[in-house]
Amino acid sequence: MNTRTQVLLWTAQRASAAVLGLCVLIHLVTMIYAVKNGLTAAEVLGRTRGNTGWAAFYALFVAAIAVHAPIGLRTILSEMLGWRGAALDFFVLALGIALALWGWRAVWGVFVV
Amino acid sequence: MASLKEQVDTAIRSYLSTLQVRVWRGRESGEFRTYEVPRLESQTVLDVVTYIQRSLDPTLSYRFACRVGVCGSCAMTVNGKARWTCRTHVARVAEGDQIEIAPLANLPVIKDLVADMSRFFDKWAQAKGQFHGTRTRAGDFARVLPESRQRQAVDAAIECIGCGVCYSSCDVVAWNPDYLGPAALNRAWTLVNDVRDTARVARLAAVAGDAGCHACHTHMSCTERCPKNLVPTASIAGLKRAVAAAALKGEL
Repeated sequence: MNTRTQVLLWTAQRASAAVLGLCVLIHLVTMIYAVKNGLTAAEVLGRTRGNTGWAAFYALFVAAIAVHAPIGLRTILSEMLGWRGAALDFFVLALGIALALWGWRAVWGVFVV
Repeated sequence: MASLKEQVDTAIRSYLSTLQVRVWRGRESGEFRTYEVPRLESQTVLDVVTYIQRSLDPTLSYRFACRVGVCGSCAMTVNGKARWTCRTHVARVAEGDQIEIAPLANLPVIKDLVADMSRFFDKWAQAKGQFHGTRTRAGDFARVLPESRQRQAVDAAIECIGCGVCYSSCDVVAWNPDYLGPAALNRAWTLVNDVRDTARVARLAAVAGDAGCHACHTHMSCTERCPKNLVPTASIAGLKRAVAAAALKGEL
């Protein structure tokens, strides 16, 4: 991996951290609100399905996770296990894609179907 | 004024008060050997090591030069922390009457308390720590305004004496042997802000990425331990911003 890509990965991780900070806050406030008002799963789904705004919000949340987590894991694996090189890069890329697909599938199930 | 008898008593008490000093002997493999050293007033750790070498065991190897905190040669690990030994008073670091002295961590050991600094200084070169200007000896002096933003940004950083305490204290160096380390990056930061220097982009490329400034986790051990009270962490953060901006502009 060339140096410019490494720098852009670092920048992407910082930017995704900023997005995650906001997303986690909104998510927690929403969850606490939903639990405090005693909403059932069916009532929650009734409110979420077809809601484009919330779908977009959680799609963004998933995207930020899919960017942030693999880049951080790449550093952790490199420093703690000494794993470096192309194999590590492909592994975390695959993990990022998997996280995005799993997350967006959940968003689809809760907000669209 | 104390009588002669009181002065003699004080001198005897001082002499009888001894330090138990565990000193690393050997190379990468070796052992700590314990020496008894008289405890004196205003005694530094370097004084202790010097006493051992001159009075107890002339085969002990260690490195020092100026003895006054200028040259950066005498850094060692004292009770588990990297310190400049010439300006470290025994009274500040001794745990009871115990002191443990070892070579700097994160560097190969040549012998006893002498660490091999080659890798440390090679990384200064890798970080393009050399100045590149355009003027010759025939030209006029360059004028660097003391109040300018760039000069202010490196006001502390230029005082680095290259002792290696930060490098020895850095977790990232221990985890990633390719990491350039705080001192080399701090040096690069001083040159990135030097208005006379012409190698800015090449230097930013040299200090970028997995082995460069972006590997720093901001643990701040370098800042905590720097004997000159510099803040290499801030220099590295400055490099991160400068390099990211250059990467986004496509300059790298």
